Amino acid sequence: MIVAALRRVGTVALFLVRILAQCPAALAKPRAIVHQIHNCGARSLIIIMLSGLFVGMVLGLQGYDLLQRFGSESALGVAAALGLLKELGPVVTALLFAGRAGTALASEIGLMRATDQLTAMEMMAVDPVRHVIAPRLLGGIVALPLLVAIFDVIGLFGAQLVGVGMMGVDAGAFWSQMQAAVELRDVAEGLTKSLFFGVACSLVAVYEGFHAEPTAEGVGLATTRTVVVSSVLTLLIDYLLTAAFLAR
Amino acid sequence: MSDSSSTVDAASSPVVAVRDVQFSLAGRPVFQGLDLQARRGAITAIMGPSGTGKTTLLRLITGQIEPAAGSVTVFGESLATQDRDARYAMRRRMGMLFQNGALLTDLTVFENVAFPVRAHARLPEPVLRQLVLTKLQAVGLRGAADLMPAQLSGGMARRVALARAIVMDPELLIYDEPFVGLDPISMGVIVRLIGRIHRALGITTIVVSHDVAELAALADHSYLLSGGKVVAAGTPAELAASAQPAVRQFMAGEADGPVAFHYPADDYRAQLLGGRR
Repeated sequence: MIVAALRRVGTVALFLVRILAQCPAALAKPRAIVHQIHNCGARSLIIIMLSGLFVGMVLGLQGYDLLQRFGSESALGVAAALGLLKELGPVVTALLFAGRAGTALASEIGLMRATDQLTAMEMMAVDPVRHVIAPRLLGGIVALPLLVAIFDVIGLFGAQLVGVGMMGVDAGAFWSQMQAAVELRDVAEGLTKSLFFGVACSLVAVYEGFHAEPTAEGVGLATTRTVVVSSVLTLLIDYLLTAAFLAR
Repeated sequence: MSDSSSTVDAASSPVVAVRDVQFSLAGRPVFQGLDLQARRGAITAIMGPSGTGKTTLLRLITGQIEPAAGSVTVFGESLATQDRDARYAMRRRMGMLFQNGALLTDLTVFENVAFPVRAHARLPEPVLRQLVLTKLQAVGLRGAADLMPAQLSGGMARRVALARAIVMDPELLIYDEPFVGLDPISMGVIVRLIGRIHRALGITTIVVSHDVAELAALADHSYLLSGGKVVAAGTPAELAASAQPAVRQFMAGEADGPVAFHYPADDYRAQLLGGRR
């Protein structure tokens, strides 16, 4: 089992190298990448914004409940901002990305495999990794940090809506304490995480789609595996990166 | 002298030569010593019942899979010694029509036909447009240039795929089951197009199918596959006149014969009375 797992990791790594080798050629056609950013990013906007709002609102409620026990409810802005920027924003967005854009990518590529479109490209002496996979991977890597940024902003709005609007936290304290306490490195930590998650989730999606069995069941399995593997990988990478940032 | 003899050799040598090929799929032998060739400028038909490995043979010829033993030679070059670049260079000289058309579903008909040209050549847009429209006109679908693949019927999709297969002016054109699932009108259109394109471009054509009547009208030479081997070869007329049971069964569409109607099973009476499934 360990050997099989290692072999799989090796196969995915080789696949990534194969994609990276085609990235310069894919970058020469930015239109395809922009199209994929739209596919992965813009089409995920509604779910990301709604989730960001609700996560922020919950953070406002829970944060207020916790902080008021110590008489520190004015620090709600800081707590919400750090929680969203460093942890909840990147992780929840990545999990949603895996469920929305990742499954769409995997099933689209898997269906291309099942309907011989990828084979047809090979037969036209066109490398499908360059024309299909690389733009989708790059699109996903660019889209996820953008979605995280939007999630964070909407989340902060939600926290402020509950904390200031409903719980009566002073608006000035909410924003000024946040401004004073949150540093650029906190933002950078979240963005770094989102970049790693973008690579992981997009790579898993294109790998599973590209290697899907060319049957209806095969495409379904690839889609399911995309969500499961991406989610577990996101949480694992999150732990490793958090530990690495704290150890600095 | 040597120049002229090599020219004669090139002209008479087969474009595709499959020699003593053995191939298994998931432990099940598909080919056991398969030999056949496609002569330059001829239409070669490869026939056989479903499940005999006709599509697998095409995958071997196009270098998508490799045989366990034997050799496959295309344009005089052995596929076993080819690297990826050489294989892509070989594929640029051939076109292939897939059973389901395999059109790229996110591109219009025009962009589907233009796809290989955009990938391999830097043509000015007006020249590309002219080239694509010419090919679409050849298959009768110039008016469908702006449609998406989902808006096409099965026959139309196959004609678009044919336009895409010939847009790079290939030397070898391969058809995988081009008549499957078509109505009589679409089938007649495809049969005529295969013949017309073959003559107009002066190319080598391989058609894999089990439609005897259509192939008889098209092929210069036919092979009948069964049990992992070529069981008969010759002109369609020769195959039709063959006394071999396997050939007779296939050509006449008989339900039982060397290819048995019943899948191998235990004794019928014993199974019914024994209560086992």
